Amino acid sequence: MHIKISRFVGIFLFIVWGHAPLGWSQYGDAIVTASIGDASTLIPILASDSSSAEICGLIYNGLIKYDKNLNLEGELAESWEIKDGGLVIIFHLRKGVRWHDGEPFTARDVEFTYLKLIDPNVKTPYSGDFERVKSLEVLDEHTVKVTYKEPFSPGLSSWGMGIMPKHLLENEDLSSTKYARDPVGTGPYRFKEWKTGEKIVLVSNPDYYEGRPFINRYIYRIIPDQATTFLELQTQGVDQIGLTPLQYSRQTDTPFFRKYYRKYKYPSFGYAYMGLNLRDAKFSDARVRLALDYAIDKDEIITGVLLGLGRVSTGPFPPESWACNKDIKPVPYDPVKAKELLREAGWEDRDGDGILDKDGQKFKFTIMTNQGNDPRKTASEIIQRRLRDIGIEAEVRIIEWATFLSEFIDKGKFEAVIMGWSLSRDPDCYDIWHSSKTRPGEFNFVGYNNAEVDKLLLEGRREYGQEKRREIYNRINKLIFDDHPYIFLYVPDALPIVHERFKGIEPAPAGIGYNFIKWYVPKREQRYTRW
Amino acid sequence: MKNLNRLTVFGIIVVVVMAAAALFAPFIAEHDPGAIELGSVLMPPSAEHIMGTDSLGRDLFSRMVYGARISLSVGFVAVGISVIAGVIFGSLAGYYGGWIDSVISRFIDIMLCFPTFFLILATIAVLGPGIWNIMVIIGLTSWMGVARLIRAEILSLREREFVEAARAVGASDFRIITRHLIPNGLGPVLVSATLGVAGAILTESGLSFLGLGVQPPVPSWGNILTEAKSTLGIAWWITVFPGLAILITVLGYNLLGEGLREHFNPHRKQ
Amino acid sequence: MVNYIARRLIGILPVLIGITLITFFVIHLSPGKPTRLQAEMSPKISLEAREKLDKLYGLDKPVHIQYWEWVRRLARFDLGKSFVDDRPVSQKIGERLPVTIAINVLSLALIFLAAVPIGITSAVKEGTAYDRISTVFVFIGFAMPTFWLALLLMNLFGVHLGWLPISGIKSIDFEDYNLLEKFMDLARHLALPVFVSAFVGLAGISRYMRTSMLEVLNKDFIRTARAKGLPENIVIYKHALKNALLPIVTIIGLSIPGLIGGSVIFESIYAIPGMGKLFYDSVMARDYPVIMGVLFIGAILTLIGNLVADVVYAYVDPRIRVSGR
Repeated sequence: MHIKISRFVGIFLFIVWGHAPLGWSQYGDAIVTASIGDASTLIPILASDSSSAEICGLIYNGLIKYDKNLNLEGELAESWEIKDGGLVIIFHLRKGVRWHDGEPFTARDVEFTYLKLIDPNVKTPYSGDFERVKSLEVLDEHTVKVTYKEPFSPGLSSWGMGIMPKHLLENEDLSSTKYARDPVGTGPYRFKEWKTGEKIVLVSNPDYYEGRPFINRYIYRIIPDQATTFLELQTQGVDQIGLTPLQYSRQTDTPFFRKYYRKYKYPSFGYAYMGLNLRDAKFSDARVRLALDYAIDKDEIITGVLLGLGRVSTGPFPPESWACNKDIKPVPYDPVKAKELLREAGWEDRDGDGILDKDGQKFKFTIMTNQGNDPRKTASEIIQRRLRDIGIEAEVRIIEWATFLSEFIDKGKFEAVIMGWSLSRDPDCYDIWHSSKTRPGEFNFVGYNNAEVDKLLLEGRREYGQEKRREIYNRINKLIFDDHPYIFLYVPDALPIVHERFKGIEPAPAGIGYNFIKWYVPKREQRYTRW
Repeated sequence: MKNLNRLTVFGIIVVVVMAAAALFAPFIAEHDPGAIELGSVLMPPSAEHIMGTDSLGRDLFSRMVYGARISLSVGFVAVGISVIAGVIFGSLAGYYGGWIDSVISRFIDIMLCFPTFFLILATIAVLGPGIWNIMVIIGLTSWMGVARLIRAEILSLREREFVEAARAVGASDFRIITRHLIPNGLGPVLVSATLGVAGAILTESGLSFLGLGVQPPVPSWGNILTEAKSTLGIAWWITVFPGLAILITVLGYNLLGEGLREHFNPHRKQ
Repeated sequence: MVNYIARRLIGILPVLIGITLITFFVIHLSPGKPTRLQAEMSPKISLEAREKLDKLYGLDKPVHIQYWEWVRRLARFDLGKSFVDDRPVSQKIGERLPVTIAINVLSLALIFLAAVPIGITSAVKEGTAYDRISTVFVFIGFAMPTFWLALLLMNLFGVHLGWLPISGIKSIDFEDYNLLEKFMDLARHLALPVFVSAFVGLAGISRYMRTSMLEVLNKDFIRTARAKGLPENIVIYKHALKNALLPIVTIIGLSIPGLIGGSVIFESIYAIPGMGKLFYDSVMARDYPVIMGVLFIGAILTLIGNLVADVVYAYVDPRIRVSGR
């Protein structure tokens, strides 16, 4: 622990001495990023798509946030206390923070945001975590006391939700208010303009409590097609995008890209899997599920789909999470072992047609995935090929997203699906794995049921100590992995590329965006100087 | 007249060659179009792979040949459906007239008011983007032109002597429509069918661009070309070959269609 | 004539009702719900929250009641609010219209400028090498998949030659430009999109023009004119051309609905926020009010466009009026 700290101090000093911009002269310039989709609203509690959430993240602050090493730290809350075994959290708010319109930020804003989150007439998808709150009291202008019905440790990170200004939104209907397209927050960037389907422009907030960001403008361009985005990158029309694996490894190794861009690579916080419907007779046999894991070459998928830019997933937590059990080894590719297991389970090719059968039934099933996700599509093709090798006939069906969810996932009408979870930083995954969450439309759609996992999931929610939680989630990881309700496939790498003129980028477990306000462009390299 | 025929001849050659490639795909393609070979990803054209390989190391030439099969059958089946539907509706409306004509004509008006694209999207949402669904959808959204052609043709023919004669000898309506009326209107329908095949191939490629076309691993020219988007700049062969295949084929069908139009156009007979 | 127009206008009504009815039921019967818009599943969004959203959007009511409510709002010229961002549908359509119409008008103008001469000259020089080359040329535009052509041109002019910007309609610093710079900036951004959509649409009108011209050239009055010994130029450009151009007028009428329609493929490639993308996104997100709004306006314009075309044609060619279709 001590070693760790001193290392970070070292890095910190390095940042200060090695890279820190010298004086005011490094302020300026703009960063242009591209997104395939437009935002839909800039009210943080309504923002459910990634574009809206990304912009809200720059305009608003939460009470707390994750730091570069994925530990919680204060943002609008300077500090917090957890009392009564986790029943009560007291937040001490930062003083002197102002909204973009100059009004002071107070505990009333926190209370207001909370009341809107639990208001049944507000179209927020995030009410779940806040409905566990019994009461929220404003102790004074800068102190808030949150009392939970029962200890709920994931609740702490839910306070990373952007806090909204009470004085502006109090008498507004959040979904139709003008502030949804002209937001006022406390964050590092202020809203400037939004041209629907074209771009969103933010400008730096000179009064930001952590100091004015160096980059003056943040321009979020909407470019719906990835091929276009990449062409823009080749003409330096955009400064920062996420690359596809193919672009990362084959298309950006040119002198041009080496000269003008820097690439980064770190594991993303999510994973792809093949989910098996456990209500299906074929997959209710654990040996069959294990056999499938042996039959599918995860490394081949990572090579084919991600060009090696990812790693094998070993359970419901990404490898960067403290909850991930590092002792788990992926199931190796071993078709012989797979066939053996299937024979044990009664699947053999009795009629000599090359397809395994049991009680006159052939081993055939459909792998479904959603349209619009090329890696998943390719993964299903590779899996299909490998399963045929061991005598299983899998058909691939690709279905448009809205239909896929409502007709197949929600109704449990599937045999196998290839999907992914993008996860929050807190390891709580009760909604995905608890046996009570199997109703239509809930997330345990494969029908997983393990009494010990159920018990541990509840324990994990009550426990605040990270060491204790680590033990619990490591155990959950092991149990789920051994049960094989999913064939865990891969954790893709995030592959951002940023124009080389931006300095101060320090990759960390949290990625590169955590210190965005400290990025800067040396004066002589600035590109967008008119404003 | 003779000169222009050269274009028609070009059209015929393209149509025949492509159809042959599609029919004999298994004999022409040297590789399994689905064989994933991660060791030889994105290889430029060579003796082994005359059109190179794609991002999963599959032989592009074999995929193109099998893709011809898919793309052309999408064209043919879709047009078949639209011609059948168009002929049925058109002849009913034209022959019986009255309220049947009114209802069918109104329905055609309504269908024409929808952007084809919306109808396709909506149906794909319901049926899912399978290859058969794509054919049916394109067919069911493009029959209106044929229906109007047939209706107009029958409207102008139904009072003619030979129809009166057939009626006089007691031929049934069905017989009159199928034996006497429809054959007379087939020329323009053939033209519109030829152009329809071209249109369907293009529609499929557009749908593939949106991810709604024929789904991989089944190769179609549209989805191969769509893949080229992500390899633009590093694998010209994936961009060039499927693009040219679509271009040449659609061009061929159009030129053939134009040739047929000249042929059937009564004004041009001298 | 007035009578004819009135009759046609009344005829539009049942078609409109048919269109809205069919659309409404088709989109409500198609699977997928508007409350599941997110492109990724996030376990943080609970089932209860989603059920609550259904209720707030009025989706728990029977379809025919929802339709009735839609019609009642329409009677007050209210197209409703989008499910995605709660903004009025009319506003969402309104902000997409200018750029869509601009591109369509420009490309239509370009098409006519190119297609009419090509059509006429190839009809006059029927059967020559010029005729063949121009035929192949216009069909090449038609036969290329739009997105392919667009990407090739972007790659050539944007990346390799560096003459034109890749995508979008304005530069980052557009607001700080002076008038001339603004104009040049817009022109540079619109050059490729307008060219591509014009090239693709060239075949239709130039072929139409060619056929129309050929027909006129075979008419008796042209033969008479030639027989009188008038110079060929005067025969073609004075007598024939005037008559051949008349049917083109109706095409303009038929192009009216096309002016507000956009192509999602084309707009996605060029990152242009137009009607095509709006419509596509709405269908994908099951944003019923927007889908209904776009289709309704499109249908009205289509019907009016048809009417205008017919009226103009009837004016030009009085024989039509009698049958009244």
